[in-house]
Amino acid sequence: MKIMVVCGSGLGSSFMLELNVKKVLKELQITAEVDHCDLSSASGERADLFVATRDIAGQLSGKTVVSLNNMIDLKELKEKLGAALGSVL
Amino acid sequence: MKIIIDVLSSPAILVGLIALIGLVLQKKPLSDVLKGTIKTIMGFMVLSAGAALAVTTLTSFGIMFQQGFGIQGVVPNNEAIVALSLKQLGSSTALIMAGAMVFNIILARLTPLKYIFLTGHHTLYMACMLAALMTAVGIGGWKLVVGGSVVLGFFMALMPALAQPIMRRITGTDDVAFGHFGTVGYLVAAGIGALFGNKGKSTEDIKFPQGMAFLRDTSVAIALVMAILFVIVAVACGQAFVESTLSGGQNFILYSLLQAIGFAGGVFIILAGVRLILAEIVPAFTGIATRLVPNAKPALDCPVVYPYAPNAVLIGFLSSFAGGILGMGILLWINSRGIAVPIILPGVVPHFFCGATAGVFGNATGGIKGSIFGALAHGLLITFLPVLLMPLLGTLGFANTTYSDSDFCVIGILFGNFLHFVF
Repeated sequence: MKIMVVCGSGLGSSFMLELNVKKVLKELQITAEVDHCDLSSASGERADLFVATRDIAGQLSGKTVVSLNNMIDLKELKEKLGAALGSVL
Repeated sequence: MKIIIDVLSSPAILVGLIALIGLVLQKKPLSDVLKGTIKTIMGFMVLSAGAALAVTTLTSFGIMFQQGFGIQGVVPNNEAIVALSLKQLGSSTALIMAGAMVFNIILARLTPLKYIFLTGHHTLYMACMLAALMTAVGIGGWKLVVGGSVVLGFFMALMPALAQPIMRRITGTDDVAFGHFGTVGYLVAAGIGALFGNKGKSTEDIKFPQGMAFLRDTSVAIALVMAILFVIVAVACGQAFVESTLSGGQNFILYSLLQAIGFAGGVFIILAGVRLILAEIVPAFTGIATRLVPNAKPALDCPVVYPYAPNAVLIGFLSSFAGGILGMGILLWINSRGIAVPIILPGVVPHFFCGATAGVFGNATGGIKGSIFGALAHGLLITFLPVLLMPLLGTLGFANTTYSDSDFCVIGILFGNFLHFVF
């Protein structure tokens, strides 16, 4: 199980989101490998699930993407991630 | 004794050591400590490799610009200037960065500036600039490390505090803070928005074509804009010059396109290196900071505001970029009047990331008009500020690239002039 968090340059916001994803996974008691990268690298990355805010998510065509309206809302992340993982697992 | 000096003068080992301390403080298992430390050291080497590629292409750009226009042309790009300077300033930078994180936590704990600056790459870039400013006036050793740490740590806590009133308007909460060294530019945009805009007419009420959204892919955006700039300078200095002195006979347009994409590739590698360097240090900093200052607000990178106003993001980029082109025209005009100033070209990364953020800030205070004029003012600002910063950076001032985002320039100009005045 691999989750890739994506943002424009793969430095700041995807990194913060990665830390949040790890926090949520711990609460959901799911183990997965989580990493972050930039949009260019994302197209070549193999992951079971991609996570990005909605302004980036539209660029990730052909992938299973969790699209977030709010980068800092842990509740939204938990709901959407939980639902997406339910269908991927 | 010699081994200690070797460690302190080897930046790769030094950042590895900082990561190691962070991992041990978090009581990570030995395998994680080993993995994290090795990856951090490797990050520094990856970064140097990217620097070599980016600098090679920038050098040929500089030669062509000089030949074509008779003046220095500068492409502002944080990654390129930092990667270039880390060769000489790596150890000082690493120590300032570590010291500044400690000082940020101390300030958040003891003063009302309860912000923890989590945008690690900007901490790294600013540490590098402060090291350059102090080295340029002959400060070194512990004075450089302590001075740099205090100044950087202070701004890591102060800048989010300045942005917070507007952040509350954008996000509608007070839980999250904004940590990005472009804050002065965003506040200018918000100010212009409040003066000329109309808050009632938000950018998000209109339908705006999202066709430019593919430019969110940084590497593609850099390659495209650099290709345009390269071809213009190649035509300006002539086919014969490029093919005889630079390309070794390769067609001058083809050579230019390859150089442009090569520059984007160089930045791509630098970013990969920065990502590796920060992979262990930022989580350690976050973990330690939240334990020591539980009521502090995390200050996050600029894209945190993008989802609140996706239209303002695109309007801000286009408007800031237009400001950059206008500003470049003004610099060319100043040159034509006989005052030699370097020409600051519109760098795509600062206009995209910072311009977009300026658009969101302008929209928060002045709607559509605020977003357009706020970002335009921001674009002009980040074109003129580097002209004043470059002479203060010592030998780095002669590079064909420089710092782009507003706070690097503003803090650099203030602190650099202060240093020149005192020392």
